[in-house]
Amino acid sequence: MSEAKMNVSTTAGSGQTTGRTLKINILRFNPQEPDSKPEMVTYKVPEAPNMTIFIALNYIRENLEPSLQFDFVCRAGICGSCGMVINGRPDLACRTLTSKFFLGEITLMPLPAFELIGDLSVNTGKFMRAVSERVGSWIHDEEEKQKDLDALEERMDPDTADEIYELDRCIECGCCISACGTMRMREQFLGARGFMSVARFHADPRDKRSDEDWYEVLGDDDGVFGCMSLMGCEDTCPKDLPHQTKIAYLRRRMVDT
Amino acid sequence: MKVVYTDSLVIGGGLAGLRVAIASKNRGLDTLVLSLIPAKRSHSAAAQGGMQGSLANSVKSKGDNEDVHFADTVKGSDWGCDQTVARMFAHCAPKAIRELAGWGVPWSRVRKGDREVVVNAERVTITEADEDHGLITSRDFGGTKKWRTCFTADGTGHTMLYAMDNKAISMGIPVHERKEAIALIHEGGRCYGAIVRDLITGDLIAYVANATTIATGGYGRLYSISTNAVISDGMGAAIALETGAAALGNMEAVQFHPTAIVPAGILTTEGCRGDGGLLLDVDEYRFMPDYEPEKKELASRDVVSRRMTEHIRKGKGVPSPYGPHLWLDIRLLGKAHIEKNLREVQEICEYFLGIDPVKDLIPVRPTQHYSMGGVKTNPTGESPTLKGLFSVGEAACWDMHGFNRLGGNSVAETVVAGMIVGEYVADHCLAHDVDIDIATVRHFLEREKGKIDELLARPDGEKPHELKAAMQQILMDKVGIFRSGEPLAEAVEELSTLLERSRNMGCRAKARSANPELEQAMRVPRMIKLALCVAKGARDRTESRGAHAREDYPDRNDRDWLSRTLATWANEDDLEPTLEYEPLDIMTMEMPPGSRGYGNAQAIEHPDTAKRNEEIDKIKASMPDADRHEIQKALMPFDLPEKYRGTNERTQIGTA
Repeated sequence: MSEAKMNVSTTAGSGQTTGRTLKINILRFNPQEPDSKPEMVTYKVPEAPNMTIFIALNYIRENLEPSLQFDFVCRAGICGSCGMVINGRPDLACRTLTSKFFLGEITLMPLPAFELIGDLSVNTGKFMRAVSERVGSWIHDEEEKQKDLDALEERMDPDTADEIYELDRCIECGCCISACGTMRMREQFLGARGFMSVARFHADPRDKRSDEDWYEVLGDDDGVFGCMSLMGCEDTCPKDLPHQTKIAYLRRRMVDT
Repeated sequence: MKVVYTDSLVIGGGLAGLRVAIASKNRGLDTLVLSLIPAKRSHSAAAQGGMQGSLANSVKSKGDNEDVHFADTVKGSDWGCDQTVARMFAHCAPKAIRELAGWGVPWSRVRKGDREVVVNAERVTITEADEDHGLITSRDFGGTKKWRTCFTADGTGHTMLYAMDNKAISMGIPVHERKEAIALIHEGGRCYGAIVRDLITGDLIAYVANATTIATGGYGRLYSISTNAVISDGMGAAIALETGAAALGNMEAVQFHPTAIVPAGILTTEGCRGDGGLLLDVDEYRFMPDYEPEKKELASRDVVSRRMTEHIRKGKGVPSPYGPHLWLDIRLLGKAHIEKNLREVQEICEYFLGIDPVKDLIPVRPTQHYSMGGVKTNPTGESPTLKGLFSVGEAACWDMHGFNRLGGNSVAETVVAGMIVGEYVADHCLAHDVDIDIATVRHFLEREKGKIDELLARPDGEKPHELKAAMQQILMDKVGIFRSGEPLAEAVEELSTLLERSRNMGCRAKARSANPELEQAMRVPRMIKLALCVAKGARDRTESRGAHAREDYPDRNDRDWLSRTLATWANEDDLEPTLEYEPLDIMTMEMPPGSRGYGNAQAIEHPDTAKRNEEIDKIKASMPDADRHEIQKALMPFDLPEKYRGTNERTQIGTA
């Protein structure tokens, strides 16, 4: 078989369908355009094998509605761009297979709690940068600046490194923020993303901040004491981060501070 | 006219761009970063397996140093790289890893005592020394003599990018998100910034800058199936090409990664094989040792991808509705190892394939993965033909990868080149003034506005996504893993026709603000131009080198083709790029062309190779008491910013 032929066959599958027609309802609104009003619009999409919502939305944009706004970057579940509300639940659209909706009807809405850019696209970037600045999501160490890059690195316990990695896996998709009850009531609430970031730097021996320093960030009702423990964050986190455990841990630390 | 002034403008908020911005800011310059997306979503985050740097901490890394890393990189490049740049890189990689450790990357660490690993399908026990406990550890990767790839599980790019972006935030570096650079502002051989479109409001803004750095990543999305993020469409390289002044280097050098899942094309890291995973065929037979007895699954990527394709052509692929594939088997690594060190791979398998790699085989096939080509730069990162324009990371042809990049050398390049080039960018800003007439800026802005008006006004033009799909299919079918003259000639012709058609595109969506179809329409003709650089470069290069494999010219030909392809777009109306070639001078090489030790060993020798080898032997013989640093300096001196010239310390051996 020639390479050319082999390559043709690699895409042959995309023409296949499962025989099912999906009904995809999308909340549409472009705040940039003065005439635009929010409305639900339904699109019919022939389902293909292994179809994800990423593929279905691109189908709609190419064939039915070229102005449809949505965000994908990696389309592999690792960059966090494509958080949206899928049949009532915040999740990553890129790794959600359409086959999992056995009725063939999928309703998509933008993540609440973020500024809407248009249709399914929201401004998580602005929100997450503000969280980073508020938490100070970087290593605080006055001596770091003088470190000699030619010299052997500082040692770290292998288990500590692994533990930090576990807490560093957040992809800032915003699902936890959208699923949070407290977030709806308190505009300034830090939210699970912020708490996880605190937990990550708290666990890091390279960061020299004390519990008193952290109290300044966390120690009020917009911080860890505001959490009503509804645990929407824990339920919807696509990376299965230990939100419940870490919020409880931070709360205890702050009570003791 | 909206105008923003800055000293150092960085286009692209991935690892390379952010590191340049940090360097600029550290030198007291006003700095800002433009990004299509929030910086932490950049494609750098998708790097899984790790970053190479010769720390030599783990027992399987002992004996490693800059010399070994340099040699592996040059062999990997099939002698197509700039050896000076490869040296600069190998020297600074350990420093970059240590710097990132200070900025928060939780690098996996050496654990003293015995541990079980899988090497060549056997479980063996290795013992780490007490004195190395807690230092940064590394894993095995393809085409390397030592275990050199430092990592955080299989989310290395993610932790690196988060640490880097957090560092940039701590320094107050602004990232202007959802902004796309659509043209460079230039005059008299100098670049002065970019015309930028706000992807939310649709506004055009002129960013006027002293230095402009393109760090927009690769051009994988020119192919219909790619592991790359959907934003990796080469727009940074394209706006450089459209200046007519800047050149693109080695655009035909396109890497195919051996193990992307079928059909989604999503990457599973080389770490799978580095940690002991195997490739199996339809009979679940391990075929790689038959082709590559020494390196087996861990030859360089270009070689493994070709061997896999050869094996599929023999009818040994696993049939599927998406064409034949092979199997990646990591079951032998065990549940504990997979759930700790290959968990992203496990998640990808679960969500996209519905399988668990602890007990199931993973369907994989070679898939477009990396762009060795890009904006041609000097070792300082500056375009030799457009002053004030810098480029760094995958967007650049700085040229440490030549015709094939080693796994673990791409995220490494982003942060190392960012460190080095960042200093040269700052030097440039401190030595030059911005002396541009505002009328010139207005001219570029009005020109871009005119193009947008035309696209929105045309009632019934060609559809951008259809032209894009046609272009992607041409590269996929005719400029793939194996190439030959006739299909390549067809590709060039067909792409030229598409480029002509693209001049008659129109948009159905008419909004001037956020409008995905308009974005597409603006990108597609540029993508086709890049595709033409790839196809024409491949057609005219009548040899095989690294990832560029010609079935009609299967040998590497150092005599006629030891050169870098330079593509320029001389006139806006042209339907093809202009190609020129820059020879690589063997007489200045530290390592003259030789055998890679894997893959096709055939090469047509250059007459200088023997001469230079003789000269090198003489130089070495003349300095019997010299250490390796002194010998290296005598063979091929290289320069670096002063702060990065120091000798790297290693455990147990110091600076030897």
